[in-house]
Amino acid sequence: MITLEHYLVLAALLFSISVAGIFLNRKNVIVLLMCIELMLLAVNINFIAFSFFLQDLAGQVFVFFILTVAAAEAAIGLAILVLLFRNRGTINVQDLDAMKG
Amino acid sequence: MNFEIPNFLPAVPEMFVLGMACLILVIDAFLPDSRRDITYGLVQATLVAAAGLTLWMMGPETVLTFSDTFVKDPMADILKVAVYVTSFLVFLYARPYLMERGIHKGEFYILGLFAVLGMMIMISGHNLLTLYLGLELLSLSSYALVAFWRDSTRATEAAMKYFVLGALASGLLLYGMSMIYGMTGSLDIAVIAAELTAADESLNIPLVFGLVFLVVAIAFKLGAVPFHMWVPDVYDGAPTAVTLFIATAPKIAAFAFLMRLLVEGMGPMHADWQGMLIILAVLSLAVGNVIAIAQTSIKRMLAYSTIAHVGFVFMGILAGTDSGYASAMFYVIVYAITAAGGFGMIVFLSRKGYEADQIDDFKGLAQRNPWFAFIMLLLLFSMAGVPPTVGFYAKLAVIQAAVGADLVWLGVVAVIFSVIGAFYYLRVVKMMFFDAPKDENAEPVQPSGALATALSINGLAVLALGIFPGLLLSITHYAIIG
Repeated sequence: MITLEHYLVLAALLFSISVAGIFLNRKNVIVLLMCIELMLLAVNINFIAFSFFLQDLAGQVFVFFILTVAAAEAAIGLAILVLLFRNRGTINVQDLDAMKG
Repeated sequence: MNFEIPNFLPAVPEMFVLGMACLILVIDAFLPDSRRDITYGLVQATLVAAAGLTLWMMGPETVLTFSDTFVKDPMADILKVAVYVTSFLVFLYARPYLMERGIHKGEFYILGLFAVLGMMIMISGHNLLTLYLGLELLSLSSYALVAFWRDSTRATEAAMKYFVLGALASGLLLYGMSMIYGMTGSLDIAVIAAELTAADESLNIPLVFGLVFLVVAIAFKLGAVPFHMWVPDVYDGAPTAVTLFIATAPKIAAFAFLMRLLVEGMGPMHADWQGMLIILAVLSLAVGNVIAIAQTSIKRMLAYSTIAHVGFVFMGILAGTDSGYASAMFYVIVYAITAAGGFGMIVFLSRKGYEADQIDDFKGLAQRNPWFAFIMLLLLFSMAGVPPTVGFYAKLAVIQAAVGADLVWLGVVAVIFSVIGAFYYLRVVKMMFFDAPKDENAEPVQPSGALATALSINGLAVLALGIFPGLLLSITHYAIIG
């Protein structure tokens, strides 16, 4: 029997992997974008699991909106990435150092 | 299946702004580059008309609509008007900057208008879903705005940093929301508050777990220490016209977001989030004020000063009293108006190929143009909290609220760091009035056009609101307490 806890642990693991990915990754900006997507999907698992076990539809509606926003976010992220590559010729995270910070 | 037609009336300003934004998007596509002023005029007219609509529909009662996902109350009305006013000023200041650099595109105004719509939805959201959607509409428009100067390497780098950290914050916010939803079984702010009041002890740990994520996400969006790394880079890297935008009106919306989520939704857990906000407030005050001293770029200096101001806003909210909320609201509106003037002054002094974004560029401004040196003096005094400017009353009200909540030590910390902070504001004042202008830059500043007039009004407004603080104080009091 798969219980709510199993889903929550899975989502928490995926979420931690994605946050760790954002902070540890020093190579490639595209990997950052993938981590962001993974994070949103981990949240979706949380919402669906709660929605199912609470017998409440609102959580699933929320997931549809998150998916839509994630698509828009990916579009903007990739557009900025293209600009970055055009201006600097690299998408290495370590090269993002024109400003101290 | 029965379907009830919702009451559209409370959301008329939002629908109007959305309709106009779409319409202007289409009109702009057919305009030649030389006629961009039409786009600008239409966007400004939209803001004025939306302000008219909001003021016309203003009322003391709280109206819920769209299945209780949208709320119109006095706080929403007043914050929306504040957002219109600051956005109007920002677009006015930004136009000469964009024209001189050949990036006077319609996208700037249209993205700005969509961001305004996002802020309005954040202000009026009464459901986790609407709050999230409003926040994303604002954030996505801001990322695009920062990257909007396509040939600037610094701007694209700033946009990438802003995007990654902003998306991270959205993810944290959603994770927190999902925990709150799971524990209370609802997305509705009022239902969440009722469930939390009734909740027993056993639910406390998962709820606090979700709350931590919400607070961290809000701290990220507002730029509170220790989640502030993106603020100086984005403010510095973005074109000044865009910095002007993201540094002002979104702070007002973020304040409303914080009020809806933490105060109205998570109000019963005040004891839990008060501690978190205290840590954020103290760290923001300390780091913001101390690191600002070391800056040579005025945009970075103002970015650190923003971080310190966010600490003050948190101080008002964490007091947990109505007068505390009103003082935080007063503070955030005053901050938005003052920051618009401060960044507007950088725009005013800059020319094509010369950004005026170093503190040295303000040397000898009093010789080059005494009047605008005086206006800048008023704005800096207001940020530092020197009477009789309005910044003094803002700081006073917030510290009073903290002392009223038996947090005297926090008030003392705030005063100490304000004094430290006064140093770097006064250093700029000293450079303007007592130093000689840099050689390459000694000719007098020729004030011209709407920018100079608006900047003068903005600076004098900071003084006038400080001499008569009662008006704005009673408005914010009315917004919170009714």
